Amino acid sequence: MSSSVNDNYEAVIGLEVHAQLLTESKAFAPVSTEFGGSPNTQVSPLCLGHPGTLPVLNENLVRYIIKMGLATNCDIARKSIFARKNYFYPDLPKGYQISQYDTPICHDGHIDITTDGVDKKIGITRIHMEEDAGKSIHDQDPFNTLIDLNRAGVPLIEIVSEPDIRSAKEAYEYLKRIKQIVQYLEICDGNMEEGSLRCDANVSVRPKGREEFGTRTELKNMNSFRNVERAIDFEIERQIELIESGGKVVQQTLLWDANKMETRMMRSKEEAHDYRYFPEPDIPPVVVTDEMLEDIKEELPEMPDVRKQRFIDEFDMSDDDAQTLTEDRYLADFYEEVLLHAGNPKAVSNLILTEVLRTLNDRSIGIKEFPISEERLAGLVQLREDDKINSSAMTEIYNAMLEEEKTAEELAKEMNLVQVSDTDFLEPIVDEVIEQHPDEVERYRNGKKGLIGFFIGQVMQRSQGKANPEMVREMISDRLEQE
Amino acid sequence: MSVTKKDVNYVADLARLKLSEEETESLANDMNQILDYMTTLEELDTSDVEPLEHVIDLEYRLRDDKAKEPLSHEDALKNAPDADTDYFRVPRVIE
Repeated sequence: MSSSVNDNYEAVIGLEVHAQLLTESKAFAPVSTEFGGSPNTQVSPLCLGHPGTLPVLNENLVRYIIKMGLATNCDIARKSIFARKNYFYPDLPKGYQISQYDTPICHDGHIDITTDGVDKKIGITRIHMEEDAGKSIHDQDPFNTLIDLNRAGVPLIEIVSEPDIRSAKEAYEYLKRIKQIVQYLEICDGNMEEGSLRCDANVSVRPKGREEFGTRTELKNMNSFRNVERAIDFEIERQIELIESGGKVVQQTLLWDANKMETRMMRSKEEAHDYRYFPEPDIPPVVVTDEMLEDIKEELPEMPDVRKQRFIDEFDMSDDDAQTLTEDRYLADFYEEVLLHAGNPKAVSNLILTEVLRTLNDRSIGIKEFPISEERLAGLVQLREDDKINSSAMTEIYNAMLEEEKTAEELAKEMNLVQVSDTDFLEPIVDEVIEQHPDEVERYRNGKKGLIGFFIGQVMQRSQGKANPEMVREMISDRLEQE
Repeated sequence: MSVTKKDVNYVADLARLKLSEEETESLANDMNQILDYMTTLEELDTSDVEPLEHVIDLEYRLRDDKAKEPLSHEDALKNAPDADTDYFRVPRVIE
């Protein structure tokens, strides 16, 4: 489609993000939430929907969602109630999900995003508490659906944005921001691929300048940040094309197919959703006291923007570098932990921003899976700072450290890379190189100063890379200049 | 506004209840009576009354976030109409 047609339309997007909370126990039952247990081993009678059971609200669910609310500039309701959302599905044994309806605990907030250098506020309509359902497995048994209820009752928060998002890219930035915030707060691990962060998108288009919204569709099944961006882009195009060719957008739920790179219709349900919400009679209203609110405010960590500014001020870092390091809370933590063991902030950030990020990227891992501990990496930086190794040796040792659980110092010795700054050792090599290259010596003395690199290279090679290149440079230039 | 048999059937359907013709009729009557009673209440001025979300007025105590011993796997599956060694088994949900 030509971009001129696209330019006549504007997309209106709102996102619903579910974040699975990192609590030890479930929302309403004292059962472990740990991921990956054998099927149906982390359950209680409550998770199974047995009669006579009563939910008891987990304190951390309330605390975590309030943290999220405060970090996204929300108002915190001092009194909010739970509601039952009624529907039948085998992975929901109670026949209703405990959720919140007309009194979400957090509401009317916003977050700031930057897209292509442009800052924008995205409104947060509400954030509410609810419980996850179990897991249905359709592909293991040819005749039946299998149900694992370990996840049933795991606490979730649902973050609903205002329809303020205008492009797939803004949606991507918004989602990344949500991930960054939940990670900074340590309330969710933010992993979309594993489903601890899930995103649905409401997408509509309208001719530019029109106030009223077009008919929206709901996109589901986008299980990575890139897929959210791709699916929304695809859906915007699809809707514009449909309207341009005289068709009408139908309100429906669409699934993103990441393999075919297209959206397709979800099997339409027999009846429209009618969840018949009503107040949950088993859980009294949740009251947030001043004391609790103050206590939670005090627990809030340094948030990304503040930390970024501190890195710029305290470590004399560029805006870009500080942005990269603070984007991921755990990377920023890693950086600061290395700094505790090795003094030079610049040397540490250089190594992390080049070698470490390259390794993470090559191996598609996060900093938490990075094989070199903060202490070991600090040892490497320190070795270089103390001039015991040169920069190419640093890279070699770094690569070895990725494979072997040894200190930089041990590896430097083992690999024979400890820099030699001993003139008694270097002098004969320098002499030898100068003697064997009379032509180059002549040309150097006639003004071709660039040849110094050639001599240094020769000495480095003959010292098996151990020579201190700075020292070699000095020795050679002394020798060549004096005679 | 009065409740029709169609309304009753709709709600029954959502609740997965199968009602006989007589039951549908008598439930529609019951529901209409309840709604009539509610209209009597509507005559009261409730503009100064807080909505009642819960019948017991108590300060709710939250539970410490601690996991305890779960139900054993055997007990968890014991009452299920159908199960294999790991999972609850239900009729196939999707085609």
